[in-house]
Amino acid sequence: MSKVVKGWLYSREHEWVEVLSETRVRVGITDFAQNQLGDLVFVELPQVGAEVVANQSMGSVESVKAVSDLFSPVSGKVVEVNSELEDSPEVINSDAYSGGWMIVVEISNPDELSELLSAEQYADFALEG
Amino acid sequence: MQAQALKRTPLYPLYAQHGAKVIDFGGWELPVQFSSIIEEHHTVRTKAGLFDVSHMGEVMIEGPDASAFVQSLITNDVTTLQTNQALYAAMCYPDGGTVDDLLVYKQGEQKFLLVINASNIDKDVDWIVSHAKGEVTVENVSEATAQLAIQGPLAEQVLQRLTATDLSQIRYFWFQQDVDVAGIKALVSRTGYTGEDGFELYVSAADAPSLWEKILAEGKADGVLPCGLGARDTLRFEARLPLYGQELGADITPLEAGIGFAVKLQKEQDFIGKEALQKQKAAGVPRKLVGVELIGRGIPRTGYPVFAQEAGEQDEPIGYITSGTQSPTLKKNLGLALIRAEYAAVDTPLAVEIRGKRVEAVTVKSPFYKR
Repeated sequence: MSKVVKGWLYSREHEWVEVLSETRVRVGITDFAQNQLGDLVFVELPQVGAEVVANQSMGSVESVKAVSDLFSPVSGKVVEVNSELEDSPEVINSDAYSGGWMIVVEISNPDELSELLSAEQYADFALEG
Repeated sequence: MQAQALKRTPLYPLYAQHGAKVIDFGGWELPVQFSSIIEEHHTVRTKAGLFDVSHMGEVMIEGPDASAFVQSLITNDVTTLQTNQALYAAMCYPDGGTVDDLLVYKQGEQKFLLVINASNIDKDVDWIVSHAKGEVTVENVSEATAQLAIQGPLAEQVLQRLTATDLSQIRYFWFQQDVDVAGIKALVSRTGYTGEDGFELYVSAADAPSLWEKILAEGKADGVLPCGLGARDTLRFEARLPLYGQELGADITPLEAGIGFAVKLQKEQDFIGKEALQKQKAAGVPRKLVGVELIGRGIPRTGYPVFAQEAGEQDEPIGYITSGTQSPTLKKNLGLALIRAEYAAVDTPLAVEIRGKRVEAVTVKSPFYKR
C-alpha cells in the first residue's frame, strides 16, 4: 500500500505539494510514483531562479529503463532545489516525502492550490489509476 | 482494427506470486522486474538469476536437405557444427539488411532448431517458409516450447543439483538433448544473453511452471532470484549483445552492428544477402556500432542523435544512440551508437543530444563488461 501524507496536496501527475506558508510550497513525487518508476538513477530539476508553470514539464526523472517528465503542480519561481538528488536520486525511492523533496516554489497563483487533490482524493485516484 | 489480447507465456500464472511487475512487451505480458532491475542485474553478475524467456520463437527445420537450406538462409557456416553444437547467426535480406539474429542448434544431421526473437516470429516463419527448398519440413514450435535461462557464476552449481547429467561436460555453445532436470525433460545449452556463464533450458510449455519453481526453490540457498526483462536488457547491453529493433534491423547490416564474426563471407555456399555484404565489406562498412560514454550529465537513450563534438547547431547528426542506460555494473552513463565509420575510433569526442541539449560524450571500447 503506497503511503500518502495527510494534510498535503497532490497532483494527478503524482506530485505532492507541502504548503510551507501562504506563498511557498515544497514539491516532490509520491510514493506511488517512485514505486511505478522503479530504481531512479537520474534526476533533472530546474535551477534556482527558474520559472515553473503549472502542468508544464519542469524536468525529468529517469529509471534504469525509461525517462519520465516531471510536471510542475504550481506556477511560480524556484527558490530552493534539493542538490542531494543529483548524486543520490535513489533517495526518492527510499524517502519520497522527506529526503526525496525536489524544489521549493514561491507561488505566483495561490488559486492553483484549490485545483489539487487532497490526500484522500489522491489515494483514491492512485488506486483506481 | 481490434487490439489483440496480449500474449502470455506458460509462466504467467506464477508471476504474481513472485512479485512481478508486468508490462506490455511487444504484445506480450511479461515481467519487467520482480524485485528491482538493479538488484536482479547484480544478482546475475554475482550469483545467478532465472529468466522466463518462453516468448522467444522456435522453428524446427528437418529433412535430407535441412543443412543446405539453413546454410542458404544464414550468414554463419552451419557446416562447422557438430551434432549438439549451436551457433549464432543473422538472416539477411538481399540488400544485406537484417531479418533477425538467431541461434541455430544442430540436433542431428537432418534436424536443426532455430531460436528467433519473439518480436519477429511471424515474419521469420514466413521468410523461412517462403525460401524453403529441397526436401525439408519447416515447423513453428514456438507455442509448444518454453525456455528458461539460468545465468550467473553460480548457475552451473545450482542446476547441477537438479540433474545427474554432468553439466561441466557441456561446453560454451554446446548442448545436450533429453536431459532430466528435476524429472523434466529438457534441452540444456550453455548459452545466454547476459555476458555471464549460464544455461538455457528448452522444455515443453506444460513443464515450464514446474521447472521454474524447482529451480527457484533449489537456488534459494544460493541467492538465486527471478529476473525480468529490465535486467535482461541492462545485462546484454553491458556485454554489447545486439537487440533486434535497436542494434539490428532491416536497415542495419550485421557488419554495421559489429557481429561480423557471425558472417562467413568466405563460406562456399550462397546465402541471402551474401553479395550485398561482400560489396559493403569491400567498399568499407559505412556505419559502425560503437560504445559511447557520457562526460556531461545525462543518460543516452535509444534514438537520441549523436553529433561530432565540433558540430554546429545546423550540422547534421553523424548517427544515433541504439541503446543506452546507466550501467548498473559500471555505474556510468553509457550508450551504443550507430555512427558514420570515420568517427568510430575509440576516444573520438562526440555530443549526444538529450532533450534538445548537446551533452559532451566520447567513444569508448565495447563490450563495456566481460566476465
